[in-house]
Amino acid sequence: MQDQIIAAVLVSAIAFFTVYFFTPLLIKFLEKRNLTVKDYHRKGGAMVARPGGPAIISGIVASEMALYVLMPIVRVEISAIVITTILAFFVGLVDDKKVMGGWFKPLALALTVVPIILLGAYDTDLAFPLFGAVKIPLLYIVVAIFMIPITGNTINSIDVLNGVASGFMVIASSALTISLIILENYEIAIASLSLVFVSLAFYKYHKFPCKIFPGDSGALTLGAMYGAIAIVGEVEVIAAVALGPAIINSFLFLSSMKRIVEHREIKSKPVVLTDDYKLKATADKDASVTLVRLILAGGPLTEKEIGSVIFKLTVFSGFLAILTAFLMGVSL
Amino acid sequence: MKGSSVYTFIFVMWILIILGGGISILILAPISISGYGEFDQILSSGIKAIVAFGLVVAWIFILTKIKNWIFETELKD
Repeated sequence: MQDQIIAAVLVSAIAFFTVYFFTPLLIKFLEKRNLTVKDYHRKGGAMVARPGGPAIISGIVASEMALYVLMPIVRVEISAIVITTILAFFVGLVDDKKVMGGWFKPLALALTVVPIILLGAYDTDLAFPLFGAVKIPLLYIVVAIFMIPITGNTINSIDVLNGVASGFMVIASSALTISLIILENYEIAIASLSLVFVSLAFYKYHKFPCKIFPGDSGALTLGAMYGAIAIVGEVEVIAAVALGPAIINSFLFLSSMKRIVEHREIKSKPVVLTDDYKLKATADKDASVTLVRLILAGGPLTEKEIGSVIFKLTVFSGFLAILTAFLMGVSL
Repeated sequence: MKGSSVYTFIFVMWILIILGGGISILILAPISISGYGEFDQILSSGIKAIVAFGLVVAWIFILTKIKNWIFETELKD
């Protein structure tokens, strides 16, 4: 147990401080090369550096490498998580450099699960609370192939306001880590701590008024790592519960658009900016229905206030995820 | 409370995940094909995949109906 506590502290510290110190350097680097985009929701439309993905992946790789050295018994699992996450980072980086079609990310992300399958870092049992587990040897591969595109794209689609994607990931991955501890899967819980602290350090620069956007490379890296931990840690259902608000956002978007489409391809925006720099839901019938649009149905809010509502919803989902972990031990 | 209907939707989605999981275990777990030698596992998995796909479609259909019911006022706005 003492070894695990030391590993947990080291992994958390490396993850946090790598991102904490590397992100300002990345911001300067990106600003110097004019790699900035306009923050339309901010007064004056400040130019913000993008993408923050390289800072996020550096924290993940550094901390997971430390865990690889400290915990030899989970080297296969750590390798699977890290390789999948790195592949997702490159998928995002391609999308950051060149706007790809709506199908590119789901298809490319589906391929990132290959290392997990090849390394055999998964179990074919899908566990549900109260009812036990079902063995689905071949079908599980299909579940795994869908898992990374779903988690990657849901995090990417919620990355619409300052600090939301990183703050959301701090809460969701904390709930996932606690659930892994409840299920006594301590080594993967430590691997998951890396995601918590990388997201927390990045949130410092991403929160309103943000200094850097994660971009697709950042959002997909966070989402793919979350999905990889869910598969390797055998907590797929719990992970889905903790992602509640992001899944609802994707579900509302897809059910209103009725097709897979890149956000940038949609002309009608779901929210508009008021004169006093608040956001309000649009009356445009062609605009997609999103989580933010639903939150704004009650009236205009500032960007910070919307973020706060999303975080409260995520805390609620996280609570349900932890409750689900407890229920895994209960059988009807 | 801002987004109160979203809390309801998250809770309903959670209940549906647990119930859906239970139903899938009750239906999928007993499916076992024998008598086809080396193809037994492939046939079992194929049938499980078809049943699971049907369950997912039903789950999305129910969730869509509940979404329309919960967010009726907001979506009309």
